[in-house]
Order: sequence, then structure tokens, then C-alpha cells
Amino acid sequence: MSEQTTTGANMRNWVQGKMSRRNLLWSGVAAAVGTDICTSTTVGTATAQETHSGHMTGSGGEATSSTAGHGAMTTVGQVDHARNGFDPAGMLTDWYTGETSLLPGARTLRTFEISAEDKEIEIAPGVMFPAWTYNGRVPGPAIRAKEGERLRIIFSNNGSHPHSMHFHGIHSARMDGVPGAGLIGPGEEFVYEFDAKPFGCHLYHCHALPLRRHMHKGMYGLFVIDPDPALHLEHEAAARSRLLGSPENAQWQELAMVMNALDTNFDNGNEFYAVNTIAHAYANNPIKIRRDKPVRIYLLNVTEFDPINSFHLHANFFDYFDQGTNLTPTLKTVDLIMQCQAQRGIIEFSFKDHEPGMYMFHAHQSEFTELGWMGMFDVGDA
Amino acid sequence: MIVSDKANENTPTRFSSYGWLVVPLLLLGLAIAWIIMADPLRGLNTSAPPVENLTYERTVLDEAGLHLLVRAGGSEPMLIAQVQVDDAYWQFTQRPQGPIARGSSAWIDIPFPWMLGEAHFVVAVTNTGATFDHEIPVALPTPKATWDQLVPQALVGIIVGILPVVLGMLCYPALRNAGQNVMNFLLALTIGLLAFLFVDTILEALEFSGESAALFQGPVMVILAATLSFLGLVAIGRRSGAPSGLALSTFIAIGIGMHNLGEGLAIGAAYAAGAAGLGSFLVIGFAVHNVTEGIGIVAPVLKLRPSIASLAGLALIAGGPAIFGMWLGSLAYASHWSALALGIGAGAILQVIIEVGAYLKRQTATEGQALLSTSVISGFLAGVAFMYVTAAFVKI
Repeated sequence: MSEQTTTGANMRNWVQGKMSRRNLLWSGVAAAVGTDICTSTTVGTATAQETHSGHMTGSGGEATSSTAGHGAMTTVGQVDHARNGFDPAGMLTDWYTGETSLLPGARTLRTFEISAEDKEIEIAPGVMFPAWTYNGRVPGPAIRAKEGERLRIIFSNNGSHPHSMHFHGIHSARMDGVPGAGLIGPGEEFVYEFDAKPFGCHLYHCHALPLRRHMHKGMYGLFVIDPDPALHLEHEAAARSRLLGSPENAQWQELAMVMNALDTNFDNGNEFYAVNTIAHAYANNPIKIRRDKPVRIYLLNVTEFDPINSFHLHANFFDYFDQGTNLTPTLKTVDLIMQCQAQRGIIEFSFKDHEPGMYMFHAHQSEFTELGWMGMFDVGDA
Repeated sequence: MIVSDKANENTPTRFSSYGWLVVPLLLLGLAIAWIIMADPLRGLNTSAPPVENLTYERTVLDEAGLHLLVRAGGSEPMLIAQVQVDDAYWQFTQRPQGPIARGSSAWIDIPFPWMLGEAHFVVAVTNTGATFDHEIPVALPTPKATWDQLVPQALVGIIVGILPVVLGMLCYPALRNAGQNVMNFLLALTIGLLAFLFVDTILEALEFSGESAALFQGPVMVILAATLSFLGLVAIGRRSGAPSGLALSTFIAIGIGMHNLGEGLAIGAAYAAGAAGLGSFLVIGFAVHNVTEGIGIVAPVLKLRPSIASLAGLALIAGGPAIFGMWLGSLAYASHWSALALGIGAGAILQVIIEVGAYLKRQTATEGQALLSTSVISGFLAGVAFMYVTAAFVKI
């Protein structure tokens, strides 16, 4: 009690104040009025906890089998993907490969068209966010090309602010997408042109200032360059399996995943975390995985405000290729990797010897998981 | 006849002059209709999101989880899209469902397994992404209106409210033969303690009003309630002259009762909010704090030999409200109700201060003494000082 009396606020502050529980003497009123209150409250709470542990085992009304893992702890309702114009399920395998044509010397020119647009999107059931997008989606299109190709990106700014595309790749200063080099105002157009190198799992994002706001409002996307097997004879098989369109690549199940988060009240802290923008999207609609095919995830972290994000796979281990610029793994046989902001990499694993079922994946920062960054692999034979 | 003729002439004139009141009312209606239909202010309209405001009015914790009563105060109906507890999204249901209109309230039910004695933090996320948070400093099951709860709470109310008043009244036999100076001292002491209670009650009311939804305009509501109750009680009290004797004692008891209601509300609310580490020390502190209230109540009837029944009635009027306050406060009612009750209480206390002062002035005038004699000034100061010092026991 002496601790209480020295805190020096007034009577109402019992109710309002941020009290340390240690300061409270439970014997309080009970000491004055007998032990009845204490006894009854303890009993009441015991039943509360029991009831809730019942909840935790699932079966809460609409809850699907996929949400059984976290019971009542989830967002409520469904996002209208059609209104958004993009669907997280489709995004996983929706690679933007552009239009190809041949340059003199039989070299391939790959042309992409990207437009910056302001767009109100539903980022969790019932929650709208005034996003800035590439081609109307967050994350922007997952651009994919082959090592050594000439890339031409025709960028038009149809938004309300200056924007750019800054590619993490090798290119000239003029093509860097920073102020003075490809940063354009509303209504303007710019063409970025450079060679596709180095191969790997990269990203592009807007480099207009303030950078943090342009990033977290949605201006980012995957930029994957597949290795040219002819240039990597020592690891030719691995290179072929990475090359989109090759028969070896068709044996894989490839998924594009961008770990992002959204600060809906603009207080420099995120309200929602997700893979591919929509909180709990892959928990509500698990990703179908065939047991007989290995899985390759192109994973990118563009979470703002929090310095790192992570990826954890349940009941399995994987190989990790940091930034995807090598054909041998950076980390072998791990079940958790960390990525700082703009870090990315390739994750490879297989469920070949597992029994069918729901396998969870999520950030292993519990806060991110519980604020939406959690999904399920529905592993089976079909 | 002449007078009535004049009246007849005036009546239609007066009626038609009041009839002119229709014109501004009509114009106001037309102006509102025009603003709504023609929207002349759309030039000021930006694409800014609507102003949103959400006040948490009640927090109930039970076997089914958390239940929060929220009141919307936005420029447009508000839609609660998601609810977080401790940085995690939880399923919730809203009663009634749908957008919450400005000024309306709704219950948010969250099946959350809250942890006894720990803190929880609730955040409502609206459809625009705005967030409104609410802290539960210490999670305890909200008391329910069962005998198990009501009886011990009533006991606290009796200790805090009735017991000290009765103890103070027990000074009655000793003071019965007091001389005029002692009488004046006691009356001034009563004024002093009432002055302390008045300030305390007003501040308390303003603090409650600060937690209530903006549309109730808490501070204005408190001042208005205090003014109305003051004027109302003065009017009632003075129907047959300035009150004295038992009537004056009754008004003192009412004023003190209103203050004790406030004390009960605060203790009950603290108990419900988990700050119930009141301890016997605090309860005893309240009892000591309130002892002078009994002396104040009997001061005007010292020479009148009132019946035991009247004295018991006075004790009930002054102390009983602490019990009701305790009950209402522990059931976690919205704070604007507490603010309103305390505002009324402050007005009642002010009325008593005025009436006891007037009584003291009449007494001293009869005796041919100056109003501000040594005994009066020392009595007033003693009253305020006693209340201030004993309040230190109960302020946390």
C-alpha cells in the first residue's frame, strides 16, 4: 500500500492510471469486507479460462479447418478481391514476363509496361487503404526475365505524386529511378532500359521522397532474373530448374511472396501484416501444394517501420538462397530465415515424404503473425 | 371595464406579434433544406476521410470474454472493421450490427481468454483504417448484481458513508450545552468541510466528464447540472423562509449524501476496474475523512432536542447514498452518468453552504456579534484543514 500512496495521483486514478499489478494488494476490499469477493472472483475467472480454452480448439462458427489452428484469433469477414482487382491466390503464380522481340544479334528484348496509380484497396476485411500501386495491385507485378536479356520498362505515372521505379540490379546511373534519373511527375512517362543481371530474386520499388511513405503505400514488387543455364555449366541442372518455361522448371511449384505490412492510421506503426498484402489471406484460403512436386518460394521483405521480418515453415526444413544470386544454398536445412528491409531470397523445400494435411507458415515474430501474417499449405496428392 | 377592454385589444395584437416567431423558424428550416439539397459547401469538400471518434463507455469482463460498450461521435456513421486485443486480431461480434450512427452506441463482444490480474489493450480498427484504443489496466471479472457482490459492497458503503456520520452525530450529547461561540465554531466548521467537498465534487465530476463522449460536452453538463440543482434546492428550501433547525440539517444531510454518492461511485468504479486493492486502510481512511460530516449535520439542531428517529433519518440521507454509489460504480456504468450525478451533488452542496452561512449570519446578528468573529474564522479553517489532511489517507 505504501507504493500506492506514494504515486500521488488522486482517487480517480485508480481507474485510469496505468497501474503496475504488483502495486495492487489483492487482499484489498476483501480484507475490509470479508473473503467473499475474493473467492467468487477467482471461481468466476477459472470458468472463463476453461470456456476459452474450448474456443481455442476451433469450431467457431464460420471458422474453416484452416483457422482451427488459431481459433477465434483472426480477422473477421472476407475481402472483396474482385473489387480490389487482384487476388492473393492468383498473385502467387502470376509472373509478368512482358512482350519479347528480337534485337540485332538474336538477343531478346523484353518490354514491360507499368503504370503508377492511386487506388483505394481493401487490405483486410472491411478495412480500406489509400494505396499507391503499380498496375493497380499491391505488391506490383512480379516481373520475370532471363539473365542477359535486354529489358525495357515503359513507366507512366498516372498517380497524384512523383514516382519512379528503382530496380535492384546492375544498370547505369541514368536508369536508377532516383530524383534526377527517372523520377517523373504525374502524367509523365519514362523508359528504363538495361540488361537483366545479375540473376537472382530481386525487387523494384519507388524511390521518390519521402521514401518510407512511398514504400509503405504499396510501391514495390518482385524482380526475378532466371539464370541462363548456358552460362552456369557447373550447376546447369539447378539453373534449368530455375528457368521459367523449361521442362525442368515445370516440375516445380513456384510461388511469389512479398512480406508487407500496412500502417492504416499513419502513426508509423503497422496495423496489418501479410504476405501479398491481404491479412490472413492464405489462412482463410490455404495454398494447395502437391506432395510430389518440390516448392520454390521467391520471398521478398518490404515491411516498413519494423526492421526485420521472418519466414518460418512448420513441420519441415528448407534450403535458402539469399538474394538468389547463387545456385547453391546460402543456408541448408533451416526452418526459419530472417530478412531485413528489401532483403529477399529463394526458399526450396518438398513435402514428398509428409502425410497430407495443413502445414502452417508464418513470420516468427508473434506480433506479425497475430496481426495477419500467417498462412497454410494444404498439402495433398491432387 | 376599461382595464378589461384594454386587455381585449391587446390579446390579438400580442398573439399576432408572437406569430412572427414562425418566420425565423420557417427560414431556418428552409436554410437547412437548402444546405442539404443544394450542397453549397461542396467547394470546401476535400477528399479527406470523415472525422471519426469512438469513446469506450463500459468494459465488462466475464466468462464469455470481453464486452465493450462504445459510442460513435464521428461526422458520419462509423464502421468497426476489425478488433485487436494485445496486438492480435480477434473475432468479434457487434450488437447491434452495422454502422454506428453519431451519438449511438453498440456492444463489441470479443471471445478473448483474458488473464486474471493482467493488463489487456483493445484496439478497434474502422473501415478507414483509423484506430481507437482502450486499456484494461487490470483484468478482473466485472462485478455482477448478485447478493454475493451487493452485500459486501453495501458493507463498504456503510463503513464509508453511514458509520462516520453516526460517529459524528454521537458528539450531540456533549455539544448540546455548548455556548454561542462553540455553536458558531461548529457551524463555520460545517461550512468549511462543505467548501472542501464542493471543490472536491466539482473536480471529480469534471474528471468523469473528461472520459465521456465529446457530444455530451461533459464540463458544460457538469456546470449546468450543478447550477440547476443549486437553484432548484434553494427554491424548494426557501418556500417557507430561510431554512433553520431540522430543515437545515436535512439539507446538509442531502448535500453530504450527494457527495457520498460520488465517493461510492469512485470506489465502486475503482473496484470494477481492478484497482480494488483498496485495503482496509483506505476504507478506514474514508471513514475518518467523513466523521466531521455528522457533526455538521447536527450543528443546527443542537438546541432543539430532535428525536432519535430524525437523527437516524438524517444519518441515512447523508450516508446511504455511498452504498448506491458503490453498487452503480462497480457495475461500470458510463462515466457521463457519474459526471451528471456529481454535478447535481455539487449544486446541492453549494446550496447547503449558502443556507448554513445565512443561518450563521442570522445567529450572529441576533447575538449582536460580527459575522467574521474569531470562532467563525477558526471553525471554517478547521473544517477545511481537517478535510484536507484526512483526504491524504484516501488519495492514491
